[in-house]
Amino acid sequence: MDIRLNEDQIEIARQARRFCENESPMEYVRAMFEDERGFTDDVWRKMVDMGWTALRIPEAYGGLDMDLMDLAVILEEMGRAMVPGPFFSNVLLAAEAVMEAGTEPQKERYLSRIATGETIGTLALHESDGGADPGYVQMGARPVGNGFVLNGTKLFVPDAHVADFLVCAARTESGEDPAEGITLFLVDPKAEGVSVSLLPTMDGTRKLCAVEFKDADVSADGVLGEPNKGWKPLSRVLRRAQVGLCAECIGGAQRAMEIATEYAKVRVQFDQPIGTFQAVKHRCAQIYVEVESARSILYWAAWAQDHGDIEEAALAASVAKAYCSEVYRNATASAIQVLGGTGFSWEHDIHLYLKRAQANEVALGDPAYHREQVAQLIAG
Amino acid sequence: MDFRFTPEQEAFREEFISWLEENLPDDWDPSRYRNYDSSEELARAHKDLQRRLFEAGYAGLHYPKEYDGQGRTLMEEVIVLQTITSTCAELRMPGVITFGMAAPVILICGSEEQKREFLPKTLDGTHIWCQGFSEPNAGSDVANVSTRAVKKNGHYIVNGQKTWTSFAHIADYCILLVRTDPDAKKHKGLSYLLMDMKLPGIEVRPITQITGEQEFNELYMEDVRVPAAMLLGKEGDGWRIAITTLMFERVIGDVTMAAVYQRNIERMIQMASQSKRSGKAVIEDPIFRQQLAQAYIEVMVLKYHGLRNLSQQLQGDIPGPEGSIGKLLWSEPNQRITEAALGMQGPGSQIMGGSPWSVQDGFWQFSFLRSKGSTIEAGTSEIQRNIIGERVLGLPKDISRAVRIQ
Ligand SMILES: Cc1cc2nc3c(=O)[nH]c(=O)nc-3n(C[C@H](O)[C@H](O)[C@H](O)COP(=O)(O)OP(=O)(O)OC[C@H]3O[C@@H](n4cnc5c(N)ncnc54)[C@H](O)[C@@H]3O)c2cc1C
Repeated sequence: MDIRLNEDQIEIARQARRFCENESPMEYVRAMFEDERGFTDDVWRKMVDMGWTALRIPEAYGGLDMDLMDLAVILEEMGRAMVPGPFFSNVLLAAEAVMEAGTEPQKERYLSRIATGETIGTLALHESDGGADPGYVQMGARPVGNGFVLNGTKLFVPDAHVADFLVCAARTESGEDPAEGITLFLVDPKAEGVSVSLLPTMDGTRKLCAVEFKDADVSADGVLGEPNKGWKPLSRVLRRAQVGLCAECIGGAQRAMEIATEYAKVRVQFDQPIGTFQAVKHRCAQIYVEVESARSILYWAAWAQDHGDIEEAALAASVAKAYCSEVYRNATASAIQVLGGTGFSWEHDIHLYLKRAQANEVALGDPAYHREQVAQLIAG
Repeated sequence: MDFRFTPEQEAFREEFISWLEENLPDDWDPSRYRNYDSSEELARAHKDLQRRLFEAGYAGLHYPKEYDGQGRTLMEEVIVLQTITSTCAELRMPGVITFGMAAPVILICGSEEQKREFLPKTLDGTHIWCQGFSEPNAGSDVANVSTRAVKKNGHYIVNGQKTWTSFAHIADYCILLVRTDPDAKKHKGLSYLLMDMKLPGIEVRPITQITGEQEFNELYMEDVRVPAAMLLGKEGDGWRIAITTLMFERVIGDVTMAAVYQRNIERMIQMASQSKRSGKAVIEDPIFRQQLAQAYIEVMVLKYHGLRNLSQQLQGDIPGPEGSIGKLLWSEPNQRITEAALGMQGPGSQIMGGSPWSVQDGFWQFSFLRSKGSTIEAGTSEIQRNIIGERVLGLPKDISRAVRIQ
């Protein structure tokens, strides 16, 4: 047992911190918050040059074949700096889906180009009720000739407006078990019958879209992996992505804690720094307790995806997602209270963190959903 | 990073689990959470188990061999502790101060003679220790201790009163915080004594606590003559050693408490599977399921945070103020968990153990009440948050304390 980052991971974190400080300062984050596209080619290119898009891709497709834990270290820094853009949707959703479900030719076609940054993908999973269970995948795909025709609406699709391809989960069969009969499709968002529109979401640093399908044709080789068997590989993708979100949450919560603590040391009221008052001090202490303990859970969850059996991986992902996302939300809310009126202003950065925390909390299953998963796993 | 035990550690764990099953007291009933009615009986059973652990080579695994330890790592010790607490937490209870505070502090701060005299007898179950820090006017403000010790002819003559002294009525020795120099500044005038509880002039008066049990006591000392050789560290070192003691207590707490609570979660699931409310099985109630999952999540947080801390300590670090996190993580969630468990029982939650209508023999009623002490003992939650705020985050000290410490 050794629950510490290794030297390589510490170095990766250090480089990521420097990268984020230099390439994604808050001015950039704010500009991208307002920007429709949400990132610049320049920063994207530099991120690719860091090897981040290739990190998890197997060596056979030009990647570095590293662990989720290694990526988690970077995601923590990205969450701390709130780096905008389609990194998460591309690397943790689309690439992982192709890795898990794709046929050899599909992997060859997509993975190497994701690694080099030439192509960007995302995952179209949720529908209007936003549920994370397979039963909530209701959008239908009808077999026609050799291919399929898609009809329906996907919501909360991250970065679809800038994606070159979508992995879209649709129902091709319905029976007793909702996990059966889901097929993953590779869809070109610019194809006929597919329309993408940005949703006016609270968090402007991660764009979410509605993707509407009206008689959109997908050919037979647009089926990612096997028809009707999409949920199983997808569930592995989702677990890792949930853990990835946890890493982001911890980075953001850590920053919120630092913001609150730094302010509590310098803001003077009643002739004393407000950090002297226990009502303030204990808030900061509580954020620290939650952030540090959430980091311990993140490490477990990331390790379990890399090395644990499927049950531990599932349990750890849900434990982590429920806990870390609530920790992030609490940290930002608490920090705003410590900042007083300043924290309520658009000018101060804390609201960006609050908004990302809110988005991360409900993404890929909200805490109530994950607690129910935990209950099922421990008590049936 | 690796969350698994090594194959050797895993083998050790399995070997110890079977050893423990063989060596539990004959009358031990694993289905009961309390097997002993009196603390004297419990103390005897505790000492007996400790003696067997010692003889079998399972005591003081990470203590050096020259003091009759096993010279292995803290990891093996933790494996043993986790197994004991998830199998028979009750038998471990009288030893929490002995092994959580007294033994480690003697190892770190004791003289060679003290280590040779006390460590073997502590590891082999001869001695149970109690902790005499708190006084009527020195609770959170430990430095306010006023029990006096005056050095005279090779002895410290001790006069004063301690309170809330857990296990004093069954203890053989006491780690005692006393004032040796009333003229020095508050923190500077304190010293740390190892006091034989059989010395003349010591009186122990049990205090009945919220659970109806008598686990802690008032401890009166009148002209008690403690040999000068029983001074731990130097005169005036008492405050520093006391702080070290408390930090040790916090570290050991996390990993063992996680094992206890994990067992409790199993109890909770069992209860919910067997109970009905409004005609429906509790286990199917969505609100309960959320609470159960939240309880489990908080236990996992304690467990993995504790293990992460332990990892750091295996590198030889002395526990620092970050240890306060663990204290908060084991004390506060358990209050929520036990409240949730009572909530599931509805009106039935009023029935203590001993009735045909008792649920799980009143385990949750007892635990709910006991959990209220956890945010007070070993430094209150407020004190832990002060420590984190001031010593970890570097926030300014409270005005009152800032002035006093200068
Ligand atoms: C079950 C149990 C077992 C115990 N066993 C032992 C033992 O074996 N040996 C021993 O020496 N002691 C023992 N204690 C005593 C324990 O250490 C003290 O009760 C504890 O330190 C608090 O002191 P107090 O009770 O005097 O409360 P006080 O210090 O008077 O505190 C009362 C309230 O005021 C708050 N408060 C006090 N100071 C501050 C501050 N600076 N900032 C914010 N809030 C503050 C506290 O948090 C608390 O809420 C035990 C206590 C319990 C409950």
